[in-house]
Amino acid sequence: MESTTLLILGGGPGGYVAALRAGQLGIPTVLVETANVGGTCLNIGCIPSKALIHAADEFHKLTRYTQGSPLGISAGSAAIDIHRTVAWMGGIVARLTGGVAGLLKKSGVSVIKGRAQILDGKTIEVEPPAGGSGKRQRISCEHLLLATGSEPVALPSLPFGGRVISSTEALSPAVLPGRLAVIGAGYIGLELGMAYRKLGAQVSVIEAQDRILPAYDADLAKPVAAALKALGMDLHLSCQVLGMNEAGDALRVSGADGKEREMAADQVLVAVGRRPRTSGYGLEGLMLDMDGPAVRIDDQCRTSMRQVWAIGDLTGEPMLAHRAMAQGVVVAEILAGKQRRYTPAAVPAVCFTDPEIAVAGLTPAQAQQAGLDCLSAEFPFAANGRALTMESAHGFVRVVARRDNHLIVGWQAVGQGVSELATAFSQSLEMGARLEDVAGTIHSHPTLGEAVQEAALRALGQSLHI
Amino acid sequence: MGVHIIKMPDIGEGIAEVELVEWHVQPGDSVVEDQVLADVMTDKATVQVPSPVHGTVLELGGKVGEVMAVGAELIRLEVDGAGNAAAVRASRRHGAAPEDQEAAPEAQRKAGEAAARAAEPSAAAPSAARTPVAGSPAAGSPAAGSPAAGSPAADKSHTRADEREPRAGPAASSGADAGASGAPSAAAGWQGGRQGSGVAAGPARPQGEKPLASPAVRKRAWDMGIELRFVHGTGEAGRITHYDLDRYQQQGASAGAMAMRRSAAYAPSDEEQQIPIIGLRRRIAEKMQESKRRIPHFTYVEEIDVTELEAMRLRLNERWGAERGKLTLLPLLVRAIVVALREYPQINARYDEQASVATRYSAVHMGIAAQTQSGLMVPVLRHAEAHDLWACAAEIARLAEAARSGRASRDELTGSTITVTSLGALGGIVSTPVINHPEVAIVGVNRIVERPVVLNGAIVARKMMNLSSSFDHRVVDGMHAAQFVQCIRGLLECPGMLFVE
Repeated sequence: MESTTLLILGGGPGGYVAALRAGQLGIPTVLVETANVGGTCLNIGCIPSKALIHAADEFHKLTRYTQGSPLGISAGSAAIDIHRTVAWMGGIVARLTGGVAGLLKKSGVSVIKGRAQILDGKTIEVEPPAGGSGKRQRISCEHLLLATGSEPVALPSLPFGGRVISSTEALSPAVLPGRLAVIGAGYIGLELGMAYRKLGAQVSVIEAQDRILPAYDADLAKPVAAALKALGMDLHLSCQVLGMNEAGDALRVSGADGKEREMAADQVLVAVGRRPRTSGYGLEGLMLDMDGPAVRIDDQCRTSMRQVWAIGDLTGEPMLAHRAMAQGVVVAEILAGKQRRYTPAAVPAVCFTDPEIAVAGLTPAQAQQAGLDCLSAEFPFAANGRALTMESAHGFVRVVARRDNHLIVGWQAVGQGVSELATAFSQSLEMGARLEDVAGTIHSHPTLGEAVQEAALRALGQSLHI
Repeated sequence: MGVHIIKMPDIGEGIAEVELVEWHVQPGDSVVEDQVLADVMTDKATVQVPSPVHGTVLELGGKVGEVMAVGAELIRLEVDGAGNAAAVRASRRHGAAPEDQEAAPEAQRKAGEAAARAAEPSAAAPSAARTPVAGSPAAGSPAAGSPAAGSPAADKSHTRADEREPRAGPAASSGADAGASGAPSAAAGWQGGRQGSGVAAGPARPQGEKPLASPAVRKRAWDMGIELRFVHGTGEAGRITHYDLDRYQQQGASAGAMAMRRSAAYAPSDEEQQIPIIGLRRRIAEKMQESKRRIPHFTYVEEIDVTELEAMRLRLNERWGAERGKLTLLPLLVRAIVVALREYPQINARYDEQASVATRYSAVHMGIAAQTQSGLMVPVLRHAEAHDLWACAAEIARLAEAARSGRASRDELTGSTITVTSLGALGGIVSTPVINHPEVAIVGVNRIVERPVVLNGAIVARKMMNLSSSFDHRVVDGMHAAQFVQCIRGLLECPGMLFVE
């Protein structure tokens, strides 16, 4: 039986980063992955979705220019060959996953492809991929790191298959559907729904709650809702999905008024959330303490079983690749004998709708809930030169800071291209910056980043441009 | 894959049950041959039970603190091959005792070896900590401080300790201290003031608030082993800087702890901590209770002038110290007791109340009470009557060391006929020693102190020492006890008598 010091289940952002760091630190490491390394993020999540969104944006721009534009640009007809788009996306994914595989090799990590089964906290059996030549093997380890990620949640009334697809299928369309129904107005549903709309599909979004992006505060969701409308997407709030009709070509929906009706759809994208992947590989046998559907961990990513660790989506919200990566580094360094904890000041989150949303730390409401006496200030992009030159005067940057010592506790922004501001947000939070620190930092002109500085100035009552 | 059952091995002669003190493995762990599975405790010796086979732990036979019968199922392992489960079951069905004992001879042999080696857990901890993968092998012993430590008992106390939220550090003291010195100097607090650095510290961090520090500072604090919540931040908004870390380390964590104590001095505290009384502690508790419940103690205290004895001891040490080792008072006292017991054999005895027989011994097996890390132990100086002063001193030193390091064998911990207890400089004026049941007497030594004494009509300074001795009044009369102690006194005050045969 092969044995190793660290055995990692799952080669997603959490698992592969933990493996890389462990390899660098000289810890004998084995990584078991069913598919390609890179996990949901690289293969069927963040990266391909951003590629699709980019392609949709480009195409959409061109279609707008066929009617001429205020910029004076006009174009003939716009056309898209979705096969080539998907192939181009595949190229990016292959390049990134290939890069990760190369890095793992360089770090001396042994990657085993196959389906893992946990026999106990120290022993894993790996079944080679179907059609593979390898044979079953057992691997024993001193430390087991669970990084198996999450999977899309299916609706009982709308099981995946046929016209009902998850984000995975939506990211490699064979043909563009004429009418797409998106269930769930969270970030995944809206990112993909908007991209499909820009690619030309008729998109309806059905949401059970009475607003879009329920995870974000209402002010941030407003510009996105306006954009949905401008794009000509149908929004059905407070609606329940009952299932497909008998013919299987339309969705049965009961509206806010309680009346049932049918919505014709060529495809139905179910994007109602993701849940930790806790079954199918023997995790139950370890009887770990759980936090709802997620594996419970402490601030060192230890589970309730000694020398069994867990990171990433498996451990619950926020299910974000960068959180998993940070946790992976913590575990690897602890195993190398260092004292580490996963105690970030903030985990930034970005929603790649159009306009984008970027948040880090507390919103004013959350700060109030936490018992903090806070002040907050917004700076609108309408007063930002760079935003105007990009035809994106919608949105704002908001800062939340303590009233007593001006310590910044949160940032929110909505607007085109604000995803790149998330870096500045989390950096200021981790550094423990005060409003004066950000206000006193020269932000280059003309950039969207000036809105960050201006928000801080405004909170101090010293705003210049508004 | 088969199941291999390991039974509780028979470790010492005639012991029917042992107490499970610690598990080194948990279900799911894989174990290799000779790996220690559990610590068990018989009478007074702790013994490690190693695994005779390679395998994976399926099930543990008991909880820490549980008293298990010898031969009971200790642990179940999954092993390659057939295992021994069937054989063990079969032997149980036939109720064949000899077979039963054969089932675990290997474990027994290994346990014996382990006892001989007596590798104490604390010695294992540091080496484990040096392995590159921290918190792995050491995690089995609570000493390693792993939060995931195996035993439930350890877990419990750990959690409690963790839950205890330290006070917000020096910060909290500002309220109390500010009164006299005014706000700015109070803000500078113990750090700025003590160091005289003149750096104006930021306002104190209110209680319960998270320490504020950049990722680089956090990481460096972890590497330095500093808990940020104890560090006062001098940066903007109370931010902790690299400079704060340096200063904290220079002053040492003790300064921080002191400030913490000061700030918390008058704070109400409602903590409770439940310490499981298991292992040696429980043995001690049982022994003490047994002794006090059964034996009607009486304690007799006498003052002894040891001026001459001390003078002799110093001269002996001057002359022979280099060659034979230095003598303490204890071997001289042992000698005095040995000589005195010749006249009072009823005091060198063990009383079996059930049989109503007091057995007197010609041999003097002197129990020497010794404080060890895990609690009180009484190693036995066998045949004290056959040791000269230096042999006696050497043997006492060896036994004390063996007891402290946990290496004392069962034989070295049982069979005493009378016991001496001494706390040295901590001896106090008077003590009421508890008799080491079933013995009938214990001699307690109090501290030596210079006192004014009337000697030949003049007041002179003499080195005085009290002996506080307890006796079993059922079999020792007060007069005999007093005579015995007076006899010892005579010997010690005129030390030449110690060597008259």
